[in-house]
Amino acid sequence: MTNDQIKQAILQIISVIAPDEDLSHLKGDVALREQLELDSMDFLDIVMELRKRYKVEVPEADYGHLASLDSCVTYLAPKLKDK
Amino acid sequence: MSSGHYDAIIIGAGMSGLAAAIRLAYFDKKVCVLERHYAAGGLNSFYALGGHQFDVGLHAMTNYVPPGTRGAPLTKIYRQLRLKPEDFGLAPQYRSEVRFPGVTLRFTNDFDFFAREVGERFPAQKDNFSRLLQHIRDYDELDLDAKPLSGRQVVSRFLTDPLLIDMLFCPLMIYGNAAEHDMEFGQFVVMFKSIFCEGLARPREGVRRIITALRRKVREVGGTVRMKCGVRSLHIDGGRVKAVELDGGETLTADTIFSSAGYVETMRLCSDSDPERFSGLAGRMSFVEIIHVLDKPMKALGHDTTIIFYNTGKEFHYEVPADLVDPRSGVICCPDNFHYDKPLAKSMIRLTCMANFDRWASLDEPVYRQAKTEWLPRIHQEVLKFVPDFRDHIRFTDFFTPRTIKHWTGHVNGAVYGAPDKMKTGRTHLENLFICGNDQGFLGIVGAMLSGISMANLHVLKKT
Repeated sequence: MTNDQIKQAILQIISVIAPDEDLSHLKGDVALREQLELDSMDFLDIVMELRKRYKVEVPEADYGHLASLDSCVTYLAPKLKDK
Repeated sequence: MSSGHYDAIIIGAGMSGLAAAIRLAYFDKKVCVLERHYAAGGLNSFYALGGHQFDVGLHAMTNYVPPGTRGAPLTKIYRQLRLKPEDFGLAPQYRSEVRFPGVTLRFTNDFDFFAREVGERFPAQKDNFSRLLQHIRDYDELDLDAKPLSGRQVVSRFLTDPLLIDMLFCPLMIYGNAAEHDMEFGQFVVMFKSIFCEGLARPREGVRRIITALRRKVREVGGTVRMKCGVRSLHIDGGRVKAVELDGGETLTADTIFSSAGYVETMRLCSDSDPERFSGLAGRMSFVEIIHVLDKPMKALGHDTTIIFYNTGKEFHYEVPADLVDPRSGVICCPDNFHYDKPLAKSMIRLTCMANFDRWASLDEPVYRQAKTEWLPRIHQEVLKFVPDFRDHIRFTDFFTPRTIKHWTGHVNGAVYGAPDKMKTGRTHLENLFICGNDQGFLGIVGAMLSGISMANLHVLKKT
């Protein structure tokens, strides 16, 4: 997957998890929690959706890498490059 | 399916069991829900009698917030179960009341209305009440490791008027307290937020709407629900549940078992348990409820209040009564009095009082029926102090007791809020058996769903 495809995949997952949030003006380099109402249950679901859709594993120690859209893409790029 | 092995088996197709099933099946776990009864919903199920459909437990759903309200438990539920507000079709209440001798506190789904009401009725407590509100807002009631505190003791540090204290505890206890006399402070906060800060609502179709939405979702995500499938025992070996034996003798296996049957009820299923060991742990709070179908809505008689929590005695007593019923306090629910898009097909009124399971259960059938006949006018006598006389408008009556509740749900003592000591983490002495529902700790329809969701997240989804 290209970086842009990964970004779209994350946005798709967030729209499934939090359909009532407005994702149109999200800044890539700002923490998601500062721009959206996402709590730890929602972050667990991001991880679970990544596993469900792309068979990618994110260990609990790496959850911090999912803080912003940009950091998600950076972290997931090597894991998703063949998908 | 042929091997009968699952990732998870869930005992009970009530609100917590169905919610846990949705979470697990959505994330591709092979899930089977086992329900003893022919209807889903458990303590919040529905039934038909005399050509009318009734809800077992639903007066109103607590925790109501308008769609899109961020951070609220109901919004969390929609998200976690991948549901939309339209799935539940919740209509907000008109206005409810707490009525004690000489004082009425009204409340709506707008918290500021209630705060002003308290300030007007108890001006000397206004600042105390503000400080209590701040403490409630700062308190993390979802902390599963928090130390239990006495609700009455904590609240008494802020409020100095015993009448106001009782008037606050009355609705919060009746709608969500498993213990007698006092209430754990964390639970006080949960109920305070769910009733006063958030609000009350009801689907026009009653609880059936919610159960249908949950069951549809379970199917959509590939979970299985088996009705009329009671569990006879759990085979234990090496600290684990090795097999689930059904009433008919069939056995199923699963990596993990969640039980919403109640802690004591579940322990009695375990082959390694001495059933008597657990008897003292069961909850005891149960109720009688009279449901009248009316030929016109209470609104037509001039009554547009949604729920009334009343107390006619000097103090408020939240305890198992010595007698069959304690008529001094209770709930009057008018299901018509919500903001539906069209009126209810059938008007009703529901009258609820605390009741003694052991006394009702000990009555032979004819004495049982006679007791209902005697108690109906006694309950009416108290209730008619608060609502217009509806008796000439009664078309049909059902009267259920703690014995009825136990019969249909299997919950010991017909307890509607589970045991007083909650198992917040859901863990049992067995590695792969977890409790969800009332005995885990979150109460009410929203609470039960959150319980199933939390336990599924904690014990299966986070771990794989």
